[in-house]
Amino acid sequence: MTPVNFEQVRAGDALPALSILVSASVIVAGATASGDFEVVHHDVKGAQARGTPDIFMNILTSNGYVQRYVNDWAGPASQIRSVEIRLGVPTFSGDTLRFEGLVKARNEAERALDIAVTGTNSIGQHVAATVCVAWP
Amino acid sequence: MNTADPPGWLSRLRAQQGALAAPARTAADPVNLPMIRRWCAAMGERNPAYLDASSPAARANNGIVAPPAMLEVWTMRGFTPDGSGGVANNLLGIDQMDAAGFTAVVATNLVQEYPRHLRPGDLLTQAVTFAGVSDQKNTALGAGHFLDYHYEFTDQRGGLVGRMRFRILKYRPARGGGATAAAPSKPPHPRPAITPDSAFFWEGLNTRRLLIRQCAKCLHLHHPPGPMCPACHSCEWSALQASGRGTIHSFVIIHQPQLPGFSYPLPVALVDLEEGVRVVSNLLGIGADRVRIGMPVEVEFSEVEPGYVLYAFRERGGT
Repeated sequence: MTPVNFEQVRAGDALPALSILVSASVIVAGATASGDFEVVHHDVKGAQARGTPDIFMNILTSNGYVQRYVNDWAGPASQIRSVEIRLGVPTFSGDTLRFEGLVKARNEAERALDIAVTGTNSIGQHVAATVCVAWP
Repeated sequence: MNTADPPGWLSRLRAQQGALAAPARTAADPVNLPMIRRWCAAMGERNPAYLDASSPAARANNGIVAPPAMLEVWTMRGFTPDGSGGVANNLLGIDQMDAAGFTAVVATNLVQEYPRHLRPGDLLTQAVTFAGVSDQKNTALGAGHFLDYHYEFTDQRGGLVGRMRFRILKYRPARGGGATAAAPSKPPHPRPAITPDSAFFWEGLNTRRLLIRQCAKCLHLHHPPGPMCPACHSCEWSALQASGRGTIHSFVIIHQPQLPGFSYPLPVALVDLEEGVRVVSNLLGIGADRVRIGMPVEVEFSEVEPGYVLYAFRERGGT
């Protein structure tokens, strides 16, 4: 994807959507890379014993994908300054997570954008985030 | 729940607002390239600022920087065999919520701010403050309380490199998808992990039958059930209904850990069925002081929750 530059972007611009097939491997790789060894993120039987039907994505991985989604669009010259995440329904193994984004606001002084990102799966909205990304 | 009149445990927890929620923890390893690469591979992250020291982005940053979303990765506790190595374990308030019956947890909000990029060699220390607990709320998941934690991450020189606000919901799972928002007085009974091989056993319980897997070829009985006969390796099988009579082969008395749904001290027995297989079971009417090896017992079924039948053994010929 061709990186955007700050000057070109307008509030209301949409980011191209990204769909991730969330296999069990994706969940386990994310949980392991984030050092999160909670049973519900890697052990199907352990997750079921705790009352969930399957393993599901951990919060650090959700955050990682939100930021990766913004980076894919904004490009390496930009830097993520902050993120606000609201978590919704879980993303279970085998589901597809579709990210969409919208430029909410430009901050000229900071050369920064607020991007609204949503991640939706077959159950509903998994994550709603605001990512602040700046071009220093 | 009336806010003017919170329960004692809630008032005591509120009195600790502003206290450290866990001892300060310094990362086991400094920020490093292998963990950055593993993270990027897992997330599909290809930003050269994180991966390629020779890229213009990395040169503009005077070297590789870590993905900001890794902020809390560096101080994670890592794997523990008991499965407690998650994000919300060992924080002030968790034990109190568990004891009050709000045993389930879900993260609801996360805010992170990154005052500066992290670079390989940075050694992080995290300090977590307990920032408050809400009144009881009825949510789609069940009745519960929101707990807030504020994190500060500092580097080896004491400089602030990250801030995080983390909110979790500790709740009592609602039965039937939230149909009963009024909280049950008893915590839920833990459910078994049912596999294709063991499904017949649990279905049998629902019709008050104790079923044992029997090989269709050599008639060998085995329990717990598996896909193949351990005697002749046949995969053909049928289910034999056990008489339910047996004797206690051995037992343990569980004092800790205490799970919701059981009362302690909890005797758990190995029972030899008269058909010749051994099953693990709870006991009924046989306290920890009375259980003994060789005691004759017979099965009894009880619906511990609507639609969920379990078996246990009671003394045969006893009361």
